[in-house]
Amino acid sequence: MADNGRKAETVTLTMDGQEVTVPRGTSLLHAAESIGTEVPHYCYHPGLSAPAQCRICLVEVEGAPKLQPSCVTMAAEGQVVHTDSPAAKRMRQGVLEFYLVNHPLDCPICDMSGECMLQDYVFDEGREKGRGREPKRVFGRDDFGGDVLYYGDRCVMCTRCVRFMDEVARDSRLTVVERGSRAVIDTFFDRGLEGASFAGNVVDICPVGALVSKDFLHKARAWDLDHTPSICPNCSHGCNIELHTRDNLVQRLKPRENQEVNGHWMCDYGRANYEWMNRPGRLEAPAVGRGSDRRAADWREALELLFASLSAAEGDVALVGSATCSNEALAGLVALGEEMSGGEAGRVFRSPRAADEVPLPGFPLLVRRRDLVPNSDGAELLGFERAGNDDGQGGLEHAAEHGGVVIVLGDELVDQGEEFGANASLFVYLGTFDTAAAANADFVLPITTFAEEEGSFVNAQGRVQRFQQGLRPPESARPAWLVLGALVAALRGEETPGSAPEAFARLADAHPAFEGLTWEAVGDRGAALIAEAVHG
Amino acid sequence: MLSECFGDPRARTVAGWKAVGGYEGIARALEIGREATIDDVKASGLRGRGGAGFPTGLKWSFMPKNSARPHYLLCNADESEPGTFKDREIIRWTPHQLIEGCLVGSYAIGASHCYIYLRGEFFESTNVLARALEEAYAEGLVGKDILGSGVDIDITLHVGAGAYICGEETGLMNSLEGRRGEPRIKPPFPAAVGAFGMPSTINNVETLAAAAHIARHGGEWYRQWGTEKSPGTKLFCVSGHVNKPGNYEFPLGFPLMELIEDVCGGIPGGHALKAVIPGGSSVPIMDAGDCRACTLCYEGVEAAGSMLGCASVIVMDETSDIVKQVRRMAHFYAHESCGQCTPCREGTTWATRILQRIEDGRGTEDDLDTLVEISEQMTGTTICVLSDSLAMPIISSIEKFREDYLALIRRGERVGAA
Repeated sequence: MADNGRKAETVTLTMDGQEVTVPRGTSLLHAAESIGTEVPHYCYHPGLSAPAQCRICLVEVEGAPKLQPSCVTMAAEGQVVHTDSPAAKRMRQGVLEFYLVNHPLDCPICDMSGECMLQDYVFDEGREKGRGREPKRVFGRDDFGGDVLYYGDRCVMCTRCVRFMDEVARDSRLTVVERGSRAVIDTFFDRGLEGASFAGNVVDICPVGALVSKDFLHKARAWDLDHTPSICPNCSHGCNIELHTRDNLVQRLKPRENQEVNGHWMCDYGRANYEWMNRPGRLEAPAVGRGSDRRAADWREALELLFASLSAAEGDVALVGSATCSNEALAGLVALGEEMSGGEAGRVFRSPRAADEVPLPGFPLLVRRRDLVPNSDGAELLGFERAGNDDGQGGLEHAAEHGGVVIVLGDELVDQGEEFGANASLFVYLGTFDTAAAANADFVLPITTFAEEEGSFVNAQGRVQRFQQGLRPPESARPAWLVLGALVAALRGEETPGSAPEAFARLADAHPAFEGLTWEAVGDRGAALIAEAVHG
Repeated sequence: MLSECFGDPRARTVAGWKAVGGYEGIARALEIGREATIDDVKASGLRGRGGAGFPTGLKWSFMPKNSARPHYLLCNADESEPGTFKDREIIRWTPHQLIEGCLVGSYAIGASHCYIYLRGEFFESTNVLARALEEAYAEGLVGKDILGSGVDIDITLHVGAGAYICGEETGLMNSLEGRRGEPRIKPPFPAAVGAFGMPSTINNVETLAAAAHIARHGGEWYRQWGTEKSPGTKLFCVSGHVNKPGNYEFPLGFPLMELIEDVCGGIPGGHALKAVIPGGSSVPIMDAGDCRACTLCYEGVEAAGSMLGCASVIVMDETSDIVKQVRRMAHFYAHESCGQCTPCREGTTWATRILQRIEDGRGTEDDLDTLVEISEQMTGTTICVLSDSLAMPIISSIEKFREDYLALIRRGERVGAA
């Protein structure tokens, strides 16, 4: 190789007969990935250090005396690499057989079955029949504390979990004890994972079923779950996640990689808080009329009556939004306020706030934020002012007694009494659950939750992120952007937005902070708002 | 040379060691300088006595020059290879021989600190060495401004906790740093990133002891013994079926059969020789035929189909049960595997269990193929060579003593005394 003192930025090598050019410093494993070849690996994880100990990612590099671990061998100019040569395949088959010597093969009762890297690789390349005749080693099950259970017999000793706690959580609570084939993962004496803030990630990164979630234990088979790209709704950091659903219920949340936001990780708090998405007893149908006059109505009737009421309404309008609602819904509420002849009497939202932030030391971008709602930043960008205390209560005195129009979107008003809105000339409640404070509402309109609709949030980094629909909503619930969009459109004499992307386009036109952003540009990785707009 | 003072307690003191010319080596090294000392060791052709036989002078020359970072010399005294007991003798009879060697090595590689990593079970040797080191410090031979030269060299003793894998050079470094004794991936090599992340050189006890003599007499002097490719003398640890087992120092190239028959008084009971493991348990087993013309030097043993290793000659006569011996070895490696790499962690244990089953008379002929295949899968596929070390005796024993295995498998007959 010509060395003129300055090294080239890329190297070109031949991999499985194909020429590949990759940046200098790319591992052979990633170089293979770039041509669509997966080199099997267990101990290597892109978010952790590479100890090169599982030995299944060995590949043949021409000129090297032995097979080389592709996770730590860097691509070099002119290298000729074979990931699938007879020597490499034979070695992989051998390593897989070693893994199975003591593996219990209890796939039928293992939660990891269906997404297990041992299962996958053995199906791909393993021997047809095992040769192990000896009884298998038995370690049994160990409660690691927190949400984590350890099945030592299934463990492949990749040490990803130990390294995650050491390097990413920087909270060394797991270690390897004993050595050789007697080695197991364990906690330090009685100090387990209880009380750790990010330990749930060890379940995600375990390539087999050695570390499983107690919450998810025997709850569903992996192949029965639908995966929907979404955003964690439990704090304003907006970790990218997937909703794993079955039977129209969220079964678990899993992090979705996004290096700009959460890396490969999410916090235990966010992960554990999903049951509310499955909460029964939802508002099923629109209702009109106050108190004893309350009656169910269909959407057409309800909206026609509401349109008439809004057109005739007197006084200014007090808007109560919620930071659990999408940007599209909140922008719809703002637009509706702007169409009212009496002008606005303020926009407020409330949100529960934790006392402290919880950072992930080894991936400092990820912080469990104080705001325990997904869209407080979006609400503030759209002109809503924070009200109430850190429990998300109080602060609605003005709206409760307001004499003009009151519109409540998404706030369940749990701390408010039946007298809420008693003075209002028109009180509209758009929510997911009925509440005592909606007794005086002239209109009660059922809307969908974030899990049941498409939309976007703005996270604490000033990043717009989209989420998709993972659950089927109750019969008559509609996305708030659609309900509000229809009313605004009627008042303005224009077309109703037909989809969340259309609603977003209107919001981007109306609000300078979102200027220039398109639904496509936000994509599934999100897009940053212009910094001045957010912080200016 | 190395064993001259074995059995003479007087050599355990500074005065006693000086009486036989001790500490002249480090004095001369300080006089001729670092480069010249390394050149002397290069010229001597001294090869590492820990088993791999890597040229010592070359290893020393890998250390960075003019680097501002601290350098470390690590002395590997974690002698745990089955059949090996030479370093123990050097330490307990001639501790100053090792201390002087450490001073020479440290000086040559620019280290002001040397760690001697001692095997946990070396109670007596550790005590002797600690006392000698204390005296050497008191005499100004170790510590600040040694021998008035302005050079500082400290020596620290570190006692391991009894793990074979901590004798692997990078496993030793991890253990020294307080981590699990697990070998590290190379590169980076110790000369670039070694103990505590600093440039380090690691040498065996016997290597450093020999370096002390080379520093005193010069490189050419050392070449009066041994062969072109294996110069100098070597301690041979002879154990097993010989009348007089023990440590014997001979020039490299000494004939194996002469060592067994003349020096060690032959095999007891007039039995015939069956097999020899010439270099500690981690090398291929030789049958009697291989032994006949074998000379004990790196190239000589290689020509006979095995490796000199650390020259621990384990002799087995015709009454030996090879299957049992190999099973016993396999058990050792399975027990000592650190467990990082899958082929070693699972392979050593699996092989042990298959061998145990064969020994118990429940083996099949297919098991032999499986054993060979497992062994091949354990060769060259791991971070260190622990699993290779078991693969070699398994493969070579099945190749050379297949009949012993088959007798057990087919007829349940044990060859040799059970």
